[in-house]
Amino acid sequence: METSLELKEVQKLEGHTDRVWSLDWNPATGHDGIPLVFASCSGDKTVRIWEQNLSTNLFSCKATLEETHTRTVRSCAWSPTGKLLATASFDATTAIWENVGGDFECVSTLEGHENEVKSVSWNAAGTLLATCSRDKSVWIWEVQPGNEFECVSVLQGHTQDVKMVRWHPTEDILFSCSYDNNIKVWADEGDSDDWQCVQTLGEPNNGHTSTVWALSFNPSGDKMVTCSDDLTLKVWGTESIGMQSGGGFAPWRHLCTLTGYHERTIFSVHWSRGGIFASGAADDAIRLFVDDNSESQVDGPLYKLLLKKDKAHDMDINYVQWSPGKPLLASASDDGTIKVWDLVS
Amino acid sequence: MVTGLINANPIIYEKKQRQQRSTQSLQGDEYTVEPIDHLEVFDILFANFHFCFAFTFIGYRDIKDPEHPYSLEELKVITEEAVEVNDQNSYVRVTFTPTVEHCSMATIIGLCLRVKLLRSLPSRYKVDIRVAPGSHATEAAVNKQLNDKERVAAALENPNLVDMVDECLAPSYE
Repeated sequence: METSLELKEVQKLEGHTDRVWSLDWNPATGHDGIPLVFASCSGDKTVRIWEQNLSTNLFSCKATLEETHTRTVRSCAWSPTGKLLATASFDATTAIWENVGGDFECVSTLEGHENEVKSVSWNAAGTLLATCSRDKSVWIWEVQPGNEFECVSVLQGHTQDVKMVRWHPTEDILFSCSYDNNIKVWADEGDSDDWQCVQTLGEPNNGHTSTVWALSFNPSGDKMVTCSDDLTLKVWGTESIGMQSGGGFAPWRHLCTLTGYHERTIFSVHWSRGGIFASGAADDAIRLFVDDNSESQVDGPLYKLLLKKDKAHDMDINYVQWSPGKPLLASASDDGTIKVWDLVS
Repeated sequence: MVTGLINANPIIYEKKQRQQRSTQSLQGDEYTVEPIDHLEVFDILFANFHFCFAFTFIGYRDIKDPEHPYSLEELKVITEEAVEVNDQNSYVRVTFTPTVEHCSMATIIGLCLRVKLLRSLPSRYKVDIRVAPGSHATEAAVNKQLNDKERVAAALENPNLVDMVDECLAPSYE
């Protein structure tokens, strides 16, 4: 039995004065009476903090973090406890902000990349931070007491601009994707910060044939979806969840390619806790995909289009992300706005 | 390092005589929006766009002597046929031919084209820029860079690059 679902626009948030590149929901909000909060970042060089009003359910801008980054802020990420916010910028730095009684203070600035930083990600425990850049490298930083950050590894391997880094949801394994069309997997081989590339997912592995813009894990961490300029989404899987138990790393393999759904570059993809993944693309549309629970799954899991929201924005969509709690879906666009959506029947 | 001209003897093509577009009578709805077609986009790009080949981008001296102030149309870098427009789908594709196969300025030309369109077309437009197939040694690499929105955005935050693009796009005073 199929119920028809729709993506209903809850709110359109204006404020940024240039394209919105990315956003991140604060993982420590949206439950136990704590209002949902998210951060957004923009070509206007600022980061904005938005909070939901518990009675009206509407979001408003609580803070604007400005006069720190001197160029576009490309990506932002809250630490797992929601106490710190990392922001990555084209100015080649990553800033760390702390919420001190409602005001956000920049407590640390991570330098080292040679040019634009594209993405930042915290590991599940909040003990490690990863950044990546057009300088083709991925950096791993260790969180020290007193908001100090120490670079423990500079990972070379990609041959071009690295677009995104993401830690696995449960293991300390790092994933990166790049303009070189590859996805790389990095793990600490010894015990003493010996980070190495343990796998490369490229064209020979049924990989993407153009820039890979983003990746996202399913709730159990045994599958990942990637999106690309090659107009496809690819789903990858691994054998075991506890990848480091029983002697080592279990490789990832291609499971499924979703082709023919997108006509322009797919910039973002995010897997919800409920098993739906959303894509945001340069054709201004949001698409939702689910597991195709049909009888014939001989060749492995398949996915189908659940719905397509045309003209979700007036311009390219750069980022989509499901919120904690309910969930709601947030989207960020070149049109300078952020929209919050509810999936309803 | 380039100190001389990259293309000292460009072939100049005769400029096509184009009929003046007749102004539609506005007796009906003054707010009617005319659909954009390829001729209009072509005009946007080339009416006042003179490209001076004597700029040194890589060299240590800034030579601003416009030795070859011919338009891209006259140099056949672009022709009307190479501009595809679909106004209903808000789509434009521009195919250009760099004058020399190894022309390092292909990315600069492409960037100028993109900026000019960005400043002239409604924001709903999707723009693809590419070099004509077979016209450039590293065609795929150039196309990829020209169509990577993030790379273009970062490049346009470089003031030196923006100055150069602005200079190329500035109308010439003949």
